[in-house]
Amino acid sequence: MSASIPSFSQTLEKHKLVLLRKPTEILQINMGLLCNQACKHCHLTAGPDRKEIMDIKTIDQVIDFQKKYSFKVVDITGGAPEMNPNLIYLVENISGLPDKVMLRSNLSALFDFTDDLLLSVLKKNRVIIVSSFPSLDQTQTDSQRGKGIFDKTIQALIMLNQHGYGQKGTGLELNLVSNPTGAYLPSSQEATEKRYRKILYKKWGIVFNNTFSFANMPLGRFKDWLKRSDNYDDYIAELYKNFNPCAVTDLMCRNLISVSWDGFLFDCDFNLAANLYKGTEKIHISQTETCSFENDTIAVDNHCYACTAGSGFT
Amino acid sequence: MDTYYKPDDLLKFGEIGKDAPDLAKKFFDYYGAVFSEGELSEREKSLIALAVAHTIQCPYCIDAYTKACLEKGSNLTEMTEALHVATAIRGGASLVHGVQMRNIAKKISM
Repeated sequence: MSASIPSFSQTLEKHKLVLLRKPTEILQINMGLLCNQACKHCHLTAGPDRKEIMDIKTIDQVIDFQKKYSFKVVDITGGAPEMNPNLIYLVENISGLPDKVMLRSNLSALFDFTDDLLLSVLKKNRVIIVSSFPSLDQTQTDSQRGKGIFDKTIQALIMLNQHGYGQKGTGLELNLVSNPTGAYLPSSQEATEKRYRKILYKKWGIVFNNTFSFANMPLGRFKDWLKRSDNYDDYIAELYKNFNPCAVTDLMCRNLISVSWDGFLFDCDFNLAANLYKGTEKIHISQTETCSFENDTIAVDNHCYACTAGSGFT
Repeated sequence: MDTYYKPDDLLKFGEIGKDAPDLAKKFFDYYGAVFSEGELSEREKSLIALAVAHTIQCPYCIDAYTKACLEKGSNLTEMTEALHVATAIRGGASLVHGVQMRNIAKKISM
């Protein structure tokens, strides 16, 4: 099967869709590309050898940005944010400014690099933990995320439950993110959540709040793997075949602004990985005079098909 | 024609409706209804389909339902077990006819 598919822009045009920004509600902060894992599906090619992490000066600029524009949600991601020594500083100083603060964790970093201090700071500030959990199967998980990762993630989930995360009435939210462990589309969110809830509780007594199912993004290390395994063309064709025009309305790039580890603005974390600056213009967070990006054009490329396949990536 | 089976032909399945649209519509509506969530989950139905695909040895179905099983959250252990169920029934179906063989042999032997 060939990858001769229309460009994402052409497909939007064909469906008479224009992808413009809405008012920005979510500030996504990429704390760096340093990670304890080197997952095969990572769109940022994060890993233990990456040195790029957000420094304290940029963190202060991000906090000022939040203070100035009062985004509703702050979404902290990486790499493994836990490996940035300034994570506690960020959480302590940004919490309370938005309605919600989320921390995206690969769980093994939370298990290996988290001390009681970080956990108590996360709990005190009611930080929502969004954890990668691709599969209930050890072989599938370890093949995507590294040997021994499945066991560590299970132990981390048990630990988080013991601290009250995912438990009713604690106000400590624990969400799981499932990505396919190969070149295929994700299962429905509803079915995945139902199964995760049943099996995780039955086998390990683990509870959580929500599950999200997302397609893998054909960028970075995942793109390299797709090419190496001769799956790239078929995968892109599959994403294109499943283009859902209705998913465009709620795409996260419409109401989210992503800040890279060095302080530059992107329409989303995937464009960050693709080096597609917001509106294709390189703007540093310290230089922006506004957060009102409403009606600004969103930079797109063919990786965007991963966000519009099936029910979409919101 | 260099081969009877071409992977891309799977994508042309819908074309079967061109010369008998009413029947095709009935079939595809039924097909869609069968595989939607019921008392059995879509994941469980895909595992059954995968096992049946191996029994009838349909390369299109094996291709489609291997992918469907993975997409619905199954793993290779579960998929292989499903195949063994099909294999056991298929093998068992041969072996159980051995009773018929024994009955006939008994009847005509001294």
